[in-house]
Amino acid sequence: MAGTVHDMMDESSAATEAVPDERPGVMAVEEEKGFQTVGQVEVESPRISVRNCNVWYADKQAIFDVSLDIAANEVIAMIGPSGCGKSTFLRCLNRMNDTIEICRVSGQILLDGEDIQGKDVDVVPLRARVGMVFQKPNPFPKSIYDNVAYGPKIHGLCRNKTELDEMVHQSLVKAGLWEEVKDRLDQPGTGLSGGQQQRLCIARAIAVDPEVILMDEPCSALDPIATARIEDLIDELRHKYTICIVTHSMQQAARVSQRTAYFHLGRLIEVDQTDQIFTNPAHKLTEDYITGRFG
Amino acid sequence: MSDKSNKTIDIVHAGLARRHRKERWFRRMGVAALSVGILFLLFLFVTIFGNGWSAFQHAQVRLQIELSTSVLGSPETTSNDELRRADYGRLIRDALLDYFPEVDSRRERRAVSGLVSSGAVYQLRDMVVSRPQLIGEVIDVWLVADDEVDMLVKGYIDRTLDESERRISNEELGWIDKLVADGRLDLRLNRTFLVSGDSRDPEMAGILGAATGSLLALVVTMVLAFPIGVAAAVYLEEFAPRSRLTDLIEVNINNLAAVPSIVFGLLGLAVLINFVGMPRSAPVVGGVVLALMTLPTIIIASRASLQSVPPSIREAALGMGASRTQAVTHHVLPLAMPGVLTGAILGMARALGETAPLLMIGMVAFVVDIPGGFSDPSTALPVQIFLWADSPERAFVEKTSAAIMVLLVFLLLMNLLAVYLRRKFERRW
Repeated sequence: MAGTVHDMMDESSAATEAVPDERPGVMAVEEEKGFQTVGQVEVESPRISVRNCNVWYADKQAIFDVSLDIAANEVIAMIGPSGCGKSTFLRCLNRMNDTIEICRVSGQILLDGEDIQGKDVDVVPLRARVGMVFQKPNPFPKSIYDNVAYGPKIHGLCRNKTELDEMVHQSLVKAGLWEEVKDRLDQPGTGLSGGQQQRLCIARAIAVDPEVILMDEPCSALDPIATARIEDLIDELRHKYTICIVTHSMQQAARVSQRTAYFHLGRLIEVDQTDQIFTNPAHKLTEDYITGRFG
Repeated sequence: MSDKSNKTIDIVHAGLARRHRKERWFRRMGVAALSVGILFLLFLFVTIFGNGWSAFQHAQVRLQIELSTSVLGSPETTSNDELRRADYGRLIRDALLDYFPEVDSRRERRAVSGLVSSGAVYQLRDMVVSRPQLIGEVIDVWLVADDEVDMLVKGYIDRTLDESERRISNEELGWIDKLVADGRLDLRLNRTFLVSGDSRDPEMAGILGAATGSLLALVVTMVLAFPIGVAAAVYLEEFAPRSRLTDLIEVNINNLAAVPSIVFGLLGLAVLINFVGMPRSAPVVGGVVLALMTLPTIIIASRASLQSVPPSIREAALGMGASRTQAVTHHVLPLAMPGVLTGAILGMARALGETAPLLMIGMVAFVVDIPGGFSDPSTALPVQIFLWADSPERAFVEKTSAAIMVLLVFLLLMNLLAVYLRRKFERRW
């Protein structure tokens, strides 16, 4: 396995050198066979390591040969035009794609060096380690307390009510929601505002103390104030968790992430330090996208 | 530019009247359809209640009966068994003959004793057996009158007809008028109808046997069809991979819902009674057959209800690391429950009104006793309606309508239960 990684590194660095001279155009991407991601795919001691990931929806391939490392305690943003596969890729990381019957995933995905793709891998503990926040806030139609307590309850993380209370309290505090809801924990989570609901979903996700949190456009349904609160929250959570965030807002990617990955038509075009991507993109497609020429 | 937009608005205005006219028409047709529906319902209710309400009263005769020790024996020496076998018919006959002293011929004496129902004997017997201390006394007691007397008092028999065309003779009319004038014949609450089983005598026939049979059968149906139906729906909707096989199953379930119910009755007869050897005419067999018939309805309703649960809830639960079973039992099924319950109760209501399959498995028998268990022979409410509607006696007409009323009350109660359960389950979120 070490050999494979080494080979890949060589290839990718070769590609990086080759690109500035002749940057491929939009149309070329689909045809190009030996396409290589530009930029810094590898990191030292990655938390998640994806190699040659391909995803099909029935006969239609949605993701082509994506390889990407995600470091511990970093925020990585995934950007790209609609339908480029960034959400699909995100959902590979906790195998949420399993729930889509026609979806097929190949390639190697390692979480802390363990393969999560195998048939015998149990998705229950995997999803406890890799939590997820969805595009539309989707609290359970239960009380605020029950929403946050649900994860600890099903995984049996608490021995008694006091511990559970404390866990709910901590999670809500971490999600920055405690002050707003402490007097109405027994009221339905669906009665909160959109931004509060999304923070409730984040509280629910961190209640099981995951290693990685996947966020699929968490702010797309929120107003700018709620968005700013979530972004601050992401910044705080970074110290404890690894966060992958899919976003349509390049400003958001620039604000919250350390690294940014640009997807285009199912391929990972470029991944690099966020400031690098936004100030000096190596690939023409990336440049076109972030300067607003398409997408 | 403004020229062009003027034109557009002109075209819109030109078509406006037609659009409004269409809309008015559409509304009127809706109102008309609704009115026709309500009219039919009113007609149905008025007929049934008009015919049926009188069945809840029946004519009773107040007689002074001497519970003579010569017939019953002395209370100290007579055993319970002897008391049951005693000739109560003679006591009633004697009381009637005392009241009509002018009657002497054998034919007249028989006609007079025919004024009181043949079931009155049991009424009197039960009274004496439960209170033996009455023996030797003269008691004033209301006894059920014969059904022809009942019909006359209720005005269903035309007095102006010629005697030969009437079911009550002139001399009987005279006796009845005398009883009425003395206040000894009156319409009183018909308790018999509510507390006894079927009978050949309309005045002694009751609905309780059939109602109990229906209730027992429905309990079996519910216990079988609800869990099986919901489990099948959950599996098909949440777990089963989409394949040719599941498609085939789905098509077949939809077809089963349209299979005529008598076919299920035949199935019950062939498999449950002839092959398995279950008892005939039993609510348990009826319940199983009705469960088979109700299953497709429950499965289809439950699946529709499960489909309407937003997928984001499933994703949220799965994303938390809930197993599929947990996602279903904790979130999806509770959310779908109101719809599932509505479907189940609609299916049960249909089962309650179903007659054909019960005919095939022998629940159409004439059963006097009130069933005490799932394997006792019994009938069901719709079958009882069918049986009474088929009977020649005039007095069964009102009984039929009254039985329909009882069936409607059952349905109403079930629907209220459905509403209550829906409210209860919806309030929890």
